[in-house]
Amino acid sequence: MPRLRASVLVSAIVVATALWASASRFAGAETTSTAQGLAAWDQVYSVLTSPRCINCHTATNYPQQGDDRHRHVANVVRGPEGKGVPGLNCAGCHQETNADSTGVPGGHNWHLAPLEMRWQDINDRALSSAAVCRQLTDRTRNHKLDGPGLLKHHEEEPLVKWAWNPGRRPDGTARTLPPLTHEQFIAATRRWVEAGTPCPSGR
Amino acid sequence: MATFQITVNGERREVNVDPSTPLLWVLREDLKMTGTKFGCGISACGACTVHVGGVATRSCIVPISHIGDRPIITIEGVGNDAVGRAVQDAWVAQDVVQCGYCQSGQIMSAVALLKSTSRPTEQNIEESMGGNLCRCGTYPRIRAAIKTAAAQINKGGA
Repeated sequence: MPRLRASVLVSAIVVATALWASASRFAGAETTSTAQGLAAWDQVYSVLTSPRCINCHTATNYPQQGDDRHRHVANVVRGPEGKGVPGLNCAGCHQETNADSTGVPGGHNWHLAPLEMRWQDINDRALSSAAVCRQLTDRTRNHKLDGPGLLKHHEEEPLVKWAWNPGRRPDGTARTLPPLTHEQFIAATRRWVEAGTPCPSGR
Repeated sequence: MATFQITVNGERREVNVDPSTPLLWVLREDLKMTGTKFGCGISACGACTVHVGGVATRSCIVPISHIGDRPIITIEGVGNDAVGRAVQDAWVAQDVVQCGYCQSGQIMSAVALLKSTSRPTEQNIEESMGGNLCRCGTYPRIRAAIKTAAAQINKGGA
């Protein structure tokens, strides 16, 4: 009997050790995944806050333009639907495609992002990484998009894709691009989504 | 060079120009319709405003190749409908014009506003006309004329 008890005890220790090791591996994998997701989010954030993207995600009554993100010329205003106002619609200058001979960018349905999708404060300063992440993942403020929906938006939305084909300035030089290629941006978004769209802590 | 067929003030026109040519140049140089003015050339002043597909458009920065089959209305044709006629009449009644250079663009923007918003508020006028500059400073008379035109339109006279 003592030998049997010893055998049971050894078996129990072996099983417990195996379970603990398995649980530790799972916990480790989850931590790594979240860390990878947050690293991927940093990359996504670097794109979202580049001028080609954030210039139309203002918190104010106007869009911005240029790498210095100055207020749009000609007293352009947001309007009720983010498309300007009757005498001064976005579409009055911005056509379906870029007009490189005149330096005016264009794309389908040119418009400002709605105010609930602002990535700046009212002084035109970019919001923090945590704040933009919270906004982007808040389904009451993002057209009810879940993670796969956000990925699809980044992959397919014409105005998102325009950022990598922004055309030429009036002086003929090429507009600057976001810091990642579109493919890198999509890969980073996918990693972030796969990790459960984690957001950095803090304000 | 390429051939483009465009509809201007209801008339089909054909032009043979470089595809990158701005609509303003086509109107003024090829079609000899000089009512639309060149002001700044960078869409900042509004003097070149015409309607393309019903949208007030800065013709100095839109290449002819981007027009497609959208109808174009210029200052020469805007008085052919009731709202345009009401605005032109109001411009005369209020004696808006001083030097006149910017006024065709001002009228085109005012017509776009009133076709969209027949009872514009002060803010509507401010925002919709905010991109049309007038170095003579006729802004108070422009504002008065828009209100006159709106009153005319809303009493059924347009």
